[in-house]
Amino acid sequence: MAVNKNYIRSFCTIQKNTVFLNGEAVFTTEEDSFAGFSKKAYQHFEINYPKFFKMDNLSKLAFLGAELLLATADENSAESNTALVFANKSSSLDTDVKYQNSISDSENYYPSPAVFVYTLPNICLGEISIKHQLKSENSFFIFADYDPVFMENYCNILLETQKADKVLCGWVEYYNEEYKAFLYLVDKKGGTEHNHKQLKKLYNK
Amino acid sequence: MMKEVYITETNCITPLGFDVAANIKNIGNDVSGIQLQDNSKLLNVPFYASVINDDELDLAFAKVTSVDDYSRLEKMMILALEPIIKKSTIDLNERTAIILSTTKGNVTALENQNSIDSAYLNVLAKKIADFFGFKNEPIVVSNACVSGILSVSVAKRLIQANLYDNVFVVAGDEVSKFVLSGFNSFQAMSNLPCKPYSVNRTGVSLGEAAAAVLVSSNKENAKIKIIGDGSINDANHISGPSRTGEGLYKSIQSALAEAKIDSNQIDYISAHGTATPYNDEMEAIALNRLGLENVPVNSFKGYYGHTLGASGLLETVIGIESVTKNMLFASLGFDTIGVTQLIKIIEKKEDADIRYFLKTASGFGGCNTAVLFEKVY
Repeated sequence: MAVNKNYIRSFCTIQKNTVFLNGEAVFTTEEDSFAGFSKKAYQHFEINYPKFFKMDNLSKLAFLGAELLLATADENSAESNTALVFANKSSSLDTDVKYQNSISDSENYYPSPAVFVYTLPNICLGEISIKHQLKSENSFFIFADYDPVFMENYCNILLETQKADKVLCGWVEYYNEEYKAFLYLVDKKGGTEHNHKQLKKLYNK
Repeated sequence: MMKEVYITETNCITPLGFDVAANIKNIGNDVSGIQLQDNSKLLNVPFYASVINDDELDLAFAKVTSVDDYSRLEKMMILALEPIIKKSTIDLNERTAIILSTTKGNVTALENQNSIDSAYLNVLAKKIADFFGFKNEPIVVSNACVSGILSVSVAKRLIQANLYDNVFVVAGDEVSKFVLSGFNSFQAMSNLPCKPYSVNRTGVSLGEAAAAVLVSSNKENAKIKIIGDGSINDANHISGPSRTGEGLYKSIQSALAEAKIDSNQIDYISAHGTATPYNDEMEAIALNRLGLENVPVNSFKGYYGHTLGASGLLETVIGIESVTKNMLFASLGFDTIGVTQLIKIIEKKEDADIRYFLKTASGFGGCNTAVLFEKVY
Protein backbone atom coordinates (compact mmCIF):
# COMPACT_ATOMS: atom_id res chain seq x y z
CA MET A 1 0.00 0.00 0.00
CA ALA A 2 1.42 3.38 -1.00
CA VAL A 3 1.31 5.53 2.11
CA ASN A 4 0.72 9.23 1.59
CA LYS A 5 1.73 11.57 4.36
CA ASN A 6 -0.85 12.30 7.01
CA TYR A 7 -0.73 14.98 9.67
CA ILE A 8 -1.59 15.48 13.32
CA ARG A 9 -3.95 18.38 13.15
CA SER A 10 -4.37 18.90 16.90
CA PHE A 11 -3.75 16.92 20.08
CA CYS A 12 -4.95 16.93 23.64
CA THR A 13 -3.65 15.39 26.87
CA ILE A 14 -5.64 15.08 30.08
CA GLN A 15 -3.83 13.97 33.24
CA LYS A 16 -3.29 15.01 36.84
CA ASN A 17 -6.17 17.52 36.97
CA THR A 18 -4.86 19.35 33.90
CA VAL A 19 -6.01 19.64 30.30
CA PHE A 20 -3.37 20.36 27.63
CA LEU A 21 -4.35 21.40 24.12
CA ASN A 22 -1.60 21.30 21.49
CA GLY A 23 0.98 21.24 24.27
CA GLU A 24 -0.40 24.24 26.21
CA ALA A 25 -2.09 23.85 29.60
CA VAL A 26 -5.59 25.25 29.00
CA PHE A 27 -7.23 24.20 32.24
CA THR A 28 -6.09 23.03 35.63
CA THR A 29 -7.72 22.76 39.01
CA GLU A 30 -7.01 21.59 42.55
CA GLU A 31 -9.30 18.63 43.04
CA ASP A 32 -8.90 15.38 44.91
CA SER A 33 -11.10 13.30 42.62
CA PHE A 34 -11.65 12.76 38.90
CA ALA A 35 -15.36 13.42 39.43
CA GLY A 36 -14.58 16.91 40.76
CA PHE A 37 -11.97 17.62 38.11
CA SER A 38 -14.13 16.46 35.20
CA LYS A 39 -17.09 18.53 36.40
CA LYS A 40 -14.93 21.66 36.67
CA ALA A 41 -13.48 21.02 33.22
CA TYR A 42 -16.98 20.56 31.79
CA GLN A 43 -18.00 23.92 33.27
CA HIS A 44 -14.80 25.67 32.22
CA PHE A 45 -15.19 24.64 28.56
CA GLU A 46 -18.93 25.49 28.66
CA ILE A 47 -19.98 22.08 27.36
CA ASN A 48 -23.74 22.20 27.53
CA TYR A 49 -24.53 18.46 27.43
CA PRO A 50 -26.36 17.08 30.51
CA LYS A 51 -25.85 13.45 29.37
CA PHE A 52 -22.22 13.96 30.44
CA PHE A 53 -23.23 13.44 34.07
CA LYS A 54 -24.69 10.00 33.34
CA MET A 55 -21.42 8.75 31.87
CA ASP A 56 -18.86 6.64 33.69
CA ASN A 57 -15.37 7.99 34.29
CA LEU A 58 -13.81 6.41 31.18
CA SER A 59 -16.49 7.92 28.95
CA LYS A 60 -16.18 11.32 30.63
CA LEU A 61 -12.42 11.28 30.07
CA ALA A 62 -12.71 10.30 26.39
CA PHE A 63 -15.63 12.67 25.84
CA LEU A 64 -13.76 15.71 27.24
CA GLY A 65 -10.76 15.07 24.98
CA ALA A 66 -12.93 14.59 21.91
CA GLU A 67 -14.89 17.72 22.76
CA LEU A 68 -11.78 19.89 22.64
CA LEU A 69 -10.47 18.47 19.37
CA LEU A 70 -13.71 18.16 17.43
CA ALA A 71 -15.01 21.57 18.56
CA THR A 72 -11.95 23.26 17.04
CA ALA A 73 -11.92 21.27 13.79
CA ASP A 74 -13.13 23.81 11.25
CA GLU A 75 -15.13 21.47 9.01
CA ASN A 76 -18.20 19.70 10.26
CA SER A 77 -16.85 16.36 11.51
CA ALA A 78 -20.13 14.55 10.82
CA GLU A 79 -19.95 15.38 7.12
CA SER A 80 -16.26 14.72 6.76
CA ASN A 81 -16.36 11.08 7.96
CA THR A 82 -14.15 11.12 11.05
CA ALA A 83 -13.33 7.60 12.29
CA LEU A 84 -12.60 6.74 15.93
CA VAL A 85 -9.68 4.47 16.84
CA PHE A 86 -9.22 4.20 20.61
CA ALA A 87 -7.26 1.98 22.95
CA ASN A 88 -6.31 1.55 26.58
CA LYS A 89 -4.94 -0.93 29.08
CA SER A 90 -7.68 -1.31 31.69
CA SER A 91 -10.67 -1.65 29.34
CA SER A 92 -13.77 -0.76 31.41
CA LEU A 93 -12.28 -2.30 34.57
CA ASP A 94 -13.09 0.70 36.76
CA THR A 95 -16.82 0.31 36.08
CA ASP A 96 -16.53 -3.50 36.00
CA VAL A 97 -15.33 -3.44 39.62
CA LYS A 98 -18.18 -1.09 40.60
CA TYR A 99 -20.70 -3.34 38.90
CA GLN A 100 -19.18 -6.47 40.47
CA ASN A 101 -19.58 -4.88 43.91
CA SER A 102 -23.30 -4.46 43.21
CA ILE A 103 -23.80 -8.21 42.62
CA SER A 104 -21.24 -9.93 44.88
CA ASP A 105 -23.33 -9.85 48.05
CA SER A 106 -26.65 -11.69 47.82
CA GLU A 107 -27.98 -9.63 50.76
CA ASN A 108 -27.10 -6.47 48.92
CA TYR A 109 -27.77 -7.37 45.29
CA TYR A 110 -28.69 -4.41 43.11
CA PRO A 111 -27.47 -4.81 39.50
CA SER A 112 -28.21 -1.63 37.56
CA PRO A 113 -28.58 -1.48 33.77
CA ALA A 114 -27.27 2.11 33.86
CA VAL A 115 -23.98 0.83 35.33
CA PHE A 116 -23.86 -2.45 33.36
CA VAL A 117 -23.94 -0.70 29.98
CA TYR A 118 -20.65 1.04 30.83
CA THR A 119 -18.89 -2.28 31.45
CA LEU A 120 -17.71 -2.13 27.82
CA PRO A 121 -14.76 0.04 26.75
CA ASN A 122 -16.30 0.98 23.40
CA ILE A 123 -19.26 2.76 25.04
CA CYS A 124 -17.09 5.90 25.10
CA LEU A 125 -16.91 5.69 21.29
CA GLY A 126 -20.71 5.56 21.21
CA GLU A 127 -20.91 8.65 23.44
CA ILE A 128 -18.54 10.63 21.20
CA SER A 129 -20.32 9.40 18.06
CA ILE A 130 -23.71 10.51 19.40
CA LYS A 131 -22.49 13.95 20.47
CA HIS A 132 -20.74 14.70 17.18
CA GLN A 133 -23.09 12.62 14.97
CA LEU A 134 -20.19 10.52 13.69
CA LYS A 135 -21.68 7.68 11.68
CA SER A 136 -18.20 6.38 11.03
CA GLU A 137 -15.68 3.56 11.56
CA ASN A 138 -15.26 2.74 15.27
CA SER A 139 -12.88 0.35 16.99
CA PHE A 140 -11.53 -0.17 20.48
CA PHE A 141 -8.29 -2.04 21.18
CA ILE A 142 -6.53 -3.11 24.37
CA PHE A 143 -2.74 -3.08 24.81
CA ALA A 144 -0.44 -3.40 27.82
CA ASP A 145 0.95 0.06 26.98
CA TYR A 146 0.30 2.86 24.54
CA ASP A 147 1.38 1.44 21.18
CA PRO A 148 2.19 4.32 18.78
CA VAL A 149 3.25 1.95 15.98
CA PHE A 150 -0.06 0.08 15.93
CA MET A 151 -2.03 3.31 16.25
CA GLU A 152 -0.16 4.91 13.36
CA ASN A 153 -0.60 1.85 11.17
CA TYR A 154 -4.30 1.32 11.82
CA CYS A 155 -5.08 5.01 11.38
CA ASN A 156 -3.21 5.10 8.06
CA ILE A 157 -5.08 2.02 6.85
CA LEU A 158 -8.43 3.76 7.40
CA LEU A 159 -7.25 6.87 5.53
CA GLU A 160 -5.52 5.03 2.67
CA THR A 161 -8.46 2.69 2.05
CA GLN A 162 -10.84 5.67 2.16
CA LYS A 163 -12.80 4.18 5.04
CA ALA A 164 -12.37 7.61 6.66
CA ASP A 165 -11.36 11.19 5.75
CA LYS A 166 -9.98 11.92 9.21
CA VAL A 167 -9.30 9.80 12.27
CA LEU A 168 -9.68 10.79 15.89
CA CYS A 169 -7.23 8.52 17.74
CA GLY A 170 -7.11 8.13 21.47
CA TRP A 171 -5.40 6.42 24.37
CA VAL A 172 -7.94 6.70 27.19
CA GLU A 173 -6.80 4.92 30.33
CA TYR A 174 -8.80 5.10 33.55
CA TYR A 175 -8.67 2.86 36.60
CA ASN A 176 -9.32 3.77 40.21
CA GLU A 177 -8.60 7.53 39.96
CA GLU A 178 -5.45 6.94 37.88
CA TYR A 179 -6.02 8.34 34.41
CA LYS A 180 -4.43 9.61 31.26
CA ALA A 181 -6.01 10.59 27.97
CA PHE A 182 -4.00 11.37 24.85
CA LEU A 183 -6.16 12.16 21.84
CA TYR A 184 -5.24 13.52 18.43
CA LEU A 185 -6.95 14.24 15.16
CA VAL A 186 -5.24 12.89 12.04
CA ASP A 187 -5.96 14.56 8.73
CA LYS A 188 -4.50 14.71 5.24
CA LYS A 189 -3.34 18.24 5.91
CA GLY A 190 -1.82 19.96 8.92
CA GLY A 191 1.45 21.02 10.47
CA THR A 192 2.85 18.04 12.37
CA GLU A 193 3.69 14.86 10.50
CA HIS A 194 1.78 11.79 11.70
CA ASN A 195 4.27 9.05 12.59
CA HIS A 196 4.95 6.83 15.58
CA LYS A 197 8.05 8.71 16.70
CA GLN A 198 6.10 11.95 16.82
CA LEU A 199 3.22 10.21 18.62
CA LYS A 200 5.57 8.76 21.21
CA LYS A 201 7.08 12.20 21.79
CA LEU A 202 3.69 13.88 22.18
CA TYR A 203 2.39 11.09 24.42
CA ASN A 204 5.32 11.45 26.81
CA LYS A 205 5.25 15.24 26.85
CA MET B 1 -4.65 -3.77 -6.68
CA MET B 2 -5.18 -4.63 -3.03
CA LYS B 3 -3.65 -7.79 -1.64
CA GLU B 4 -6.11 -10.70 -1.51
CA VAL B 5 -6.86 -12.11 1.94
CA TYR B 6 -8.33 -15.49 2.85
CA ILE B 7 -9.47 -17.54 5.79
CA THR B 8 -7.58 -20.81 5.55
CA GLU B 9 -8.26 -22.58 8.87
CA THR B 10 -11.21 -22.57 11.27
CA ASN B 11 -12.11 -24.16 14.59
CA CYS B 12 -14.62 -23.76 17.41
CA ILE B 13 -15.20 -24.97 20.96
CA THR B 14 -18.89 -24.93 21.86
CA PRO B 15 -21.49 -26.96 23.77
CA LEU B 16 -22.28 -28.58 20.38
CA GLY B 17 -18.78 -29.95 19.96
CA PHE B 18 -15.08 -29.25 20.16
CA ASP B 19 -14.43 -29.13 16.41
CA VAL B 20 -16.21 -27.73 13.35
CA ALA B 21 -17.41 -31.13 12.08
CA ALA B 22 -19.19 -31.98 15.35
CA ASN B 23 -20.83 -28.54 15.41
CA ILE B 24 -22.05 -28.84 11.80
CA LYS B 25 -23.47 -32.30 12.46
CA ASN B 26 -25.51 -30.99 15.38
CA ILE B 27 -26.65 -27.87 13.54
CA GLY B 28 -27.72 -30.00 10.59
CA ASN B 29 -29.89 -32.00 12.99
CA ASP B 30 -31.42 -28.86 14.58
CA VAL B 31 -29.72 -29.62 17.90
CA SER B 32 -29.39 -26.64 20.25
CA GLY B 33 -26.85 -26.18 23.04
CA ILE B 34 -29.33 -24.04 24.99
CA GLN B 35 -30.63 -25.81 28.09
CA LEU B 36 -32.36 -24.87 31.31
CA GLN B 37 -29.68 -24.09 33.89
CA ASP B 38 -30.35 -24.23 37.59
CA ASN B 39 -27.21 -22.78 39.14
CA SER B 40 -27.77 -20.27 41.93
CA LYS B 41 -24.05 -19.38 41.87
CA LEU B 42 -24.72 -17.82 38.46
CA LEU B 43 -28.28 -16.51 38.83
CA ASN B 44 -30.81 -16.84 41.63
CA VAL B 45 -33.51 -18.11 39.27
CA PRO B 46 -33.29 -20.91 36.65
CA PHE B 47 -32.37 -19.60 33.20
CA TYR B 48 -31.78 -20.83 29.66
CA ALA B 49 -28.19 -20.72 28.43
CA SER B 50 -25.77 -22.67 26.26
CA VAL B 51 -22.97 -23.81 28.56
CA ILE B 52 -19.86 -25.94 28.00
CA ASN B 53 -19.54 -28.98 30.28
CA ASP B 54 -16.60 -28.51 32.69
CA ASP B 55 -15.56 -32.18 32.71
CA GLU B 56 -15.50 -32.39 28.92
CA LEU B 57 -13.50 -29.16 28.76
CA ASP B 58 -10.93 -30.41 31.30
CA LEU B 59 -10.66 -33.76 29.57
CA ALA B 60 -9.99 -32.14 26.20
CA PHE B 61 -7.55 -29.68 27.73
CA ALA B 62 -5.58 -32.42 29.48
CA LYS B 63 -4.82 -33.87 26.03
CA VAL B 64 -3.13 -30.59 25.03
CA THR B 65 -1.10 -29.87 28.16
CA SER B 66 -0.66 -31.19 31.67
CA VAL B 67 -0.26 -27.65 33.04
CA ASP B 68 -3.42 -26.73 34.92
CA ASP B 69 -2.93 -23.04 35.48
CA TYR B 70 -5.64 -21.82 33.12
CA SER B 71 -9.14 -20.40 33.58
CA ARG B 72 -12.14 -21.95 31.80
CA LEU B 73 -12.07 -19.22 29.17
CA GLU B 74 -8.32 -19.63 28.63
CA LYS B 75 -8.79 -23.37 28.17
CA MET B 76 -11.54 -22.74 25.60
CA MET B 77 -9.38 -20.27 23.68
CA ILE B 78 -6.27 -22.49 23.72
CA LEU B 79 -8.33 -25.48 22.56
CA ALA B 80 -9.78 -23.38 19.72
CA LEU B 81 -6.36 -22.23 18.50
CA GLU B 82 -4.23 -25.32 19.11
CA PRO B 83 -5.23 -27.54 16.16
CA ILE B 84 -5.14 -24.75 13.59
CA ILE B 85 -1.73 -23.49 14.71
CA LYS B 86 -0.42 -27.06 14.59
CA LYS B 87 -1.99 -27.81 11.21
CA SER B 88 -0.88 -24.59 9.55
CA THR B 89 2.83 -25.11 10.43
CA ILE B 90 3.30 -21.32 10.18
CA ASP B 91 6.28 -19.78 11.99
CA LEU B 92 5.02 -17.57 14.81
CA ASN B 93 7.57 -14.93 13.78
CA GLU B 94 7.28 -11.16 13.38
CA ARG B 95 5.15 -11.61 10.22
CA THR B 96 2.52 -13.56 12.20
CA ALA B 97 0.10 -11.71 14.50
CA ILE B 98 -2.40 -12.89 17.08
CA ILE B 99 -5.66 -11.02 17.64
CA LEU B 100 -7.73 -11.89 20.68
CA SER B 101 -11.32 -10.81 20.72
CA THR B 102 -13.54 -10.80 23.78
CA THR B 103 -16.24 -8.76 25.44
CA LYS B 104 -15.67 -9.62 29.10
CA GLY B 105 -12.62 -11.92 29.13
CA ASN B 106 -11.82 -13.29 32.61
CA VAL B 107 -14.35 -11.02 34.32
CA THR B 108 -15.07 -13.82 36.80
CA ALA B 109 -11.62 -13.05 38.28
CA LEU B 110 -13.24 -9.98 39.89
CA GLU B 111 -15.15 -12.31 42.22
CA ASN B 112 -11.88 -12.75 44.11
CA GLN B 113 -10.27 -9.45 45.11
CA ASN B 114 -6.78 -10.99 44.98
CA SER B 115 -7.04 -11.94 41.33
CA ILE B 116 -7.95 -8.63 39.67
CA ASP B 117 -4.79 -8.80 37.56
CA SER B 118 -6.24 -11.77 35.63
CA ALA B 119 -9.22 -9.63 34.63
CA TYR B 120 -7.01 -7.41 32.46
CA LEU B 121 -7.62 -8.32 28.83
CA ASN B 122 -3.97 -7.74 27.90
CA VAL B 123 -2.94 -10.23 30.61
CA LEU B 124 -5.38 -12.79 29.19
CA ALA B 125 -4.10 -12.21 25.65
CA LYS B 126 -0.47 -12.48 26.72
CA LYS B 127 -1.17 -15.77 28.47
CA ILE B 128 -2.74 -17.24 25.33
CA ALA B 129 0.01 -15.83 23.08
CA ASP B 130 2.75 -17.18 25.37
CA PHE B 131 1.20 -20.64 25.47
CA PHE B 132 1.92 -20.92 21.75
CA GLY B 133 5.07 -18.78 21.68
CA PHE B 134 3.93 -15.87 19.49
CA LYS B 135 6.76 -13.42 18.92
CA ASN B 136 4.51 -10.36 18.51
CA GLU B 137 2.56 -8.72 21.30
CA PRO B 138 -1.10 -9.74 21.04
CA ILE B 139 -3.69 -7.27 19.69
CA VAL B 140 -6.94 -7.26 21.68
CA VAL B 141 -10.21 -6.15 20.08
CA SER B 142 -12.92 -5.40 22.66
CA ASN B 143 -15.81 -3.73 20.91
CA ALA B 144 -18.87 -5.25 22.60
CA CYS B 145 -20.81 -7.81 20.59
CA VAL B 146 -19.17 -7.02 17.24
CA SER B 147 -15.70 -7.92 18.60
CA GLY B 148 -15.55 -11.37 16.97
CA ILE B 149 -16.37 -10.28 13.43
CA LEU B 150 -14.54 -6.96 13.81
CA SER B 151 -11.33 -8.88 14.48
CA VAL B 152 -11.68 -10.61 11.10
CA SER B 153 -11.91 -7.17 9.52
CA VAL B 154 -8.91 -5.89 11.50
CA ALA B 155 -6.85 -8.97 10.55
CA LYS B 156 -7.68 -8.50 6.88
CA ARG B 157 -6.77 -4.80 6.98
CA LEU B 158 -3.43 -5.45 8.71
CA ILE B 159 -2.51 -8.07 6.09
CA GLN B 160 -3.56 -5.80 3.22
CA ALA B 161 -1.32 -3.08 4.64
CA ASN B 162 1.51 -5.66 4.44
CA LEU B 163 2.16 -5.54 8.18
CA TYR B 164 1.71 -9.32 8.50
CA ASP B 165 1.34 -12.38 6.25
CA ASN B 166 -0.74 -14.38 8.70
CA VAL B 167 -3.02 -13.44 11.58
CA PHE B 168 -4.44 -15.99 14.01
CA VAL B 169 -7.71 -14.72 15.44
CA VAL B 170 -9.26 -16.20 18.57
CA ALA B 171 -12.52 -15.05 20.13
CA GLY B 172 -14.14 -16.22 23.34
CA ASP B 173 -16.56 -15.34 26.11
CA GLU B 174 -18.16 -17.33 28.89
CA VAL B 175 -21.48 -17.32 30.73
CA SER B 176 -20.84 -15.55 34.03
CA LYS B 177 -22.76 -14.15 36.97
CA PHE B 178 -21.58 -10.73 35.81
CA VAL B 179 -23.11 -10.94 32.34
CA LEU B 180 -26.23 -12.87 33.37
CA SER B 181 -27.13 -10.34 36.07
CA GLY B 182 -26.52 -7.48 33.62
CA PHE B 183 -28.71 -8.81 30.82
CA ASN B 184 -31.30 -9.76 33.43
CA SER B 185 -31.26 -6.20 34.82
CA PHE B 186 -32.03 -4.98 31.30
CA GLN B 187 -34.96 -7.45 31.25
CA ALA B 188 -33.40 -8.70 28.02
CA MET B 189 -33.35 -12.43 28.89
CA SER B 190 -35.74 -14.85 27.25
CA ASN B 191 -37.83 -17.12 29.47
CA LEU B 192 -37.49 -19.85 26.81
CA PRO B 193 -34.65 -20.76 24.42
CA CYS B 194 -34.31 -17.64 22.28
CA LYS B 195 -36.41 -17.30 19.12
CA PRO B 196 -34.69 -14.90 16.68
CA TYR B 197 -37.04 -12.96 14.34
CA SER B 198 -40.10 -14.76 15.76
CA VAL B 199 -43.27 -12.97 16.78
CA ASN B 200 -42.91 -14.96 20.02
CA ARG B 201 -39.37 -13.76 20.83
CA THR B 202 -38.85 -12.26 24.28
CA GLY B 203 -35.09 -11.73 24.45
CA VAL B 204 -31.66 -13.36 24.44
CA SER B 205 -30.37 -16.64 25.73
CA LEU B 206 -26.72 -16.28 26.69
CA GLY B 207 -24.06 -18.74 25.64
CA GLU B 208 -20.36 -19.45 25.78
CA ALA B 209 -17.91 -20.48 23.09
CA ALA B 210 -14.49 -19.92 21.63
CA ALA B 211 -13.69 -19.79 17.93
CA ALA B 212 -10.46 -19.39 16.01
CA VAL B 213 -9.48 -18.75 12.40
CA LEU B 214 -6.32 -18.20 10.42
CA VAL B 215 -6.47 -15.14 8.18
CA SER B 216 -3.76 -15.31 5.52
CA SER B 217 -2.42 -13.77 2.34
CA ASN B 218 -1.59 -17.29 1.17
CA LYS B 219 -4.34 -18.77 -1.01
CA GLU B 220 -3.22 -22.35 -0.44
CA ASN B 221 -5.92 -24.23 1.54
CA ALA B 222 -8.17 -21.15 1.38
CA LYS B 223 -11.71 -21.81 2.59
CA ILE B 224 -13.04 -18.37 1.67
CA LYS B 225 -11.90 -14.93 0.53
CA ILE B 226 -12.58 -11.74 2.53
CA ILE B 227 -13.66 -9.09 0.03
CA GLY B 228 -15.03 -6.13 1.98
CA ASP B 229 -15.87 -4.83 5.42
CA GLY B 230 -17.20 -1.91 7.41
CA SER B 231 -17.76 -1.10 11.11
CA ILE B 232 -19.93 1.96 11.44
CA ASN B 233 -21.52 3.45 14.53
CA ASP B 234 -25.23 4.34 14.73
CA ALA B 235 -24.47 7.61 16.61
CA ASN B 236 -27.89 7.15 18.14
CA HIS B 237 -28.00 5.38 21.53
CA ILE B 238 -25.54 3.51 23.76
CA SER B 239 -27.82 0.66 24.86
CA GLY B 240 -30.24 0.27 21.97
CA PRO B 241 -29.92 0.01 18.19
CA SER B 242 -30.89 2.77 15.79
CA ARG B 243 -34.53 2.46 14.74
CA THR B 244 -33.53 2.98 11.12
CA GLY B 245 -30.63 0.52 11.27
CA GLU B 246 -28.37 3.35 10.12
CA GLY B 247 -25.00 2.00 11.29
CA LEU B 248 -25.68 -1.52 10.03
CA TYR B 249 -26.95 -0.14 6.71
CA LYS B 250 -23.80 1.96 6.30
CA SER B 251 -21.52 -0.90 7.39
CA ILE B 252 -22.98 -3.21 4.72
CA GLN B 253 -22.78 -0.41 2.13
CA SER B 254 -19.13 0.14 2.98
CA ALA B 255 -18.39 -3.60 2.59
CA LEU B 256 -20.28 -3.73 -0.74
CA ALA B 257 -18.45 -0.68 -2.10
CA GLU B 258 -15.08 -2.17 -1.24
CA ALA B 259 -16.00 -5.58 -2.72
CA LYS B 260 -17.39 -3.84 -5.82
CA ILE B 261 -20.50 -6.00 -5.86
CA ASP B 262 -24.19 -5.09 -5.75
CA SER B 263 -26.43 -6.03 -2.86
CA ASN B 264 -28.46 -8.26 -5.21
CA GLN B 265 -25.43 -10.52 -5.66
CA ILE B 266 -25.41 -11.59 -2.00
CA ASP B 267 -26.53 -15.22 -1.69
CA TYR B 268 -26.66 -15.70 2.08
CA ILE B 269 -26.63 -13.60 5.26
CA SER B 270 -25.64 -14.77 8.72
CA ALA B 271 -27.16 -11.98 10.78
CA HIS B 272 -26.85 -11.09 14.45
CA GLY B 273 -30.41 -12.10 15.46
CA THR B 274 -30.18 -11.85 19.25
CA ALA B 275 -33.97 -12.23 19.58
CA THR B 276 -34.45 -8.98 21.48
CA PRO B 277 -37.45 -7.08 20.05
CA TYR B 278 -35.36 -4.05 19.01
CA ASN B 279 -32.31 -5.79 17.54
CA ASP B 280 -34.21 -8.08 15.19
CA GLU B 281 -36.53 -5.28 14.06
CA MET B 282 -33.55 -3.00 13.39
CA GLU B 283 -31.83 -5.68 11.29
CA ALA B 284 -34.97 -6.28 9.22
CA ILE B 285 -35.19 -2.55 8.50
CA ALA B 286 -31.52 -2.26 7.53
CA LEU B 287 -31.72 -5.33 5.24
CA ASN B 288 -34.86 -3.95 3.55
CA ARG B 289 -33.20 -0.57 3.00
CA LEU B 290 -30.50 -2.42 1.05
CA GLY B 291 -32.95 -4.54 -0.96
CA LEU B 292 -31.81 -7.70 0.84
CA GLU B 293 -35.28 -8.83 1.92
CA ASN B 294 -35.28 -11.86 -0.40
CA VAL B 295 -31.82 -13.13 0.49
CA PRO B 296 -31.83 -16.22 2.75
CA VAL B 297 -30.88 -15.14 6.27
CA ASN B 298 -30.44 -16.93 9.56
CA SER B 299 -29.32 -16.36 13.13
CA PHE B 300 -27.24 -19.03 14.88
CA LYS B 301 -28.28 -17.75 18.32
CA GLY B 302 -30.94 -20.49 18.53
CA TYR B 303 -28.10 -23.06 18.60
CA TYR B 304 -25.50 -21.27 20.69
CA GLY B 305 -27.28 -18.44 22.49
CA HIS B 306 -25.56 -15.07 22.40
CA THR B 307 -21.86 -15.77 22.92
CA LEU B 308 -21.03 -12.01 23.01
CA GLY B 309 -17.53 -11.30 21.69
CA ALA B 310 -17.21 -14.86 20.37
CA SER B 311 -20.47 -14.78 18.39
CA GLY B 312 -19.28 -12.94 15.28
CA LEU B 313 -16.31 -15.24 14.78
CA LEU B 314 -18.18 -18.45 15.70
CA GLU B 315 -20.99 -17.58 13.28
CA THR B 316 -18.42 -16.78 10.57
CA VAL B 317 -16.87 -20.23 11.09
CA ILE B 318 -20.28 -21.89 10.69
CA GLY B 319 -21.24 -19.61 7.79
CA ILE B 320 -18.06 -20.61 5.93
CA GLU B 321 -19.21 -24.24 6.24
CA SER B 322 -22.50 -23.23 4.61
CA VAL B 323 -20.57 -21.82 1.66
CA THR B 324 -18.12 -24.71 1.27
CA LYS B 325 -20.80 -27.40 1.78
CA ASN B 326 -23.46 -25.59 -0.32
CA MET B 327 -25.89 -25.84 2.55
CA LEU B 328 -28.15 -23.30 4.25
CA PHE B 329 -28.96 -24.11 7.89
CA ALA B 330 -32.30 -23.45 9.60
CA SER B 331 -32.64 -20.40 11.83
CA LEU B 332 -33.46 -22.44 14.93
CA GLY B 333 -36.27 -21.13 17.15
CA PHE B 334 -38.03 -19.33 14.31
CA ASP B 335 -41.74 -19.93 13.75
CA THR B 336 -43.85 -16.95 12.66
CA ILE B 337 -42.23 -13.77 11.40
CA GLY B 338 -42.20 -11.09 14.07
CA VAL B 339 -40.51 -8.12 12.41
CA THR B 340 -42.49 -5.43 10.58
CA GLN B 341 -40.34 -5.50 7.43
CA LEU B 342 -40.26 -8.96 5.87
CA ILE B 343 -36.99 -10.85 5.49
CA LYS B 344 -36.38 -14.37 4.17
CA ILE B 345 -35.64 -16.49 7.23
CA ILE B 346 -34.24 -19.95 6.46
CA GLU B 347 -36.83 -22.29 7.99
CA LYS B 348 -35.25 -25.63 7.19
CA LYS B 349 -31.94 -26.99 5.99
CA GLU B 350 -31.62 -26.71 2.23
CA ASP B 351 -29.04 -27.04 -0.56
CA ALA B 352 -27.89 -23.78 -2.11
CA ASP B 353 -25.01 -22.57 -4.23
CA ILE B 354 -23.53 -19.67 -2.29
CA ARG B 355 -20.93 -17.41 -3.88
CA TYR B 356 -21.25 -14.25 -1.76
CA PHE B 357 -21.80 -14.53 1.99
CA LEU B 358 -22.46 -11.57 4.31
CA LYS B 359 -21.83 -11.71 8.07
CA THR B 360 -23.17 -8.94 10.29
CA ALA B 361 -23.25 -8.07 13.98
CA SER B 362 -24.39 -5.17 16.13
CA GLY B 363 -23.82 -4.28 19.75
CA PHE B 364 -23.96 -1.92 22.71
CA GLY B 365 -22.38 1.45 22.10
CA GLY B 366 -24.16 1.61 18.73
CA CYS B 367 -21.51 -0.49 16.98
CA ASN B 368 -22.10 -2.56 13.86
CA THR B 369 -19.83 -4.66 11.64
CA ALA B 370 -20.41 -6.21 8.22
CA VAL B 371 -17.93 -8.47 6.43
CA LEU B 372 -18.40 -9.87 2.91
CA PHE B 373 -16.89 -13.18 1.85
CA GLU B 374 -16.57 -14.85 -1.56
CA LYS B 375 -16.37 -18.54 -2.27
CA VAL B 376 -12.96 -19.75 -3.46
CA TYR B 377 -13.37 -21.87 -6.58
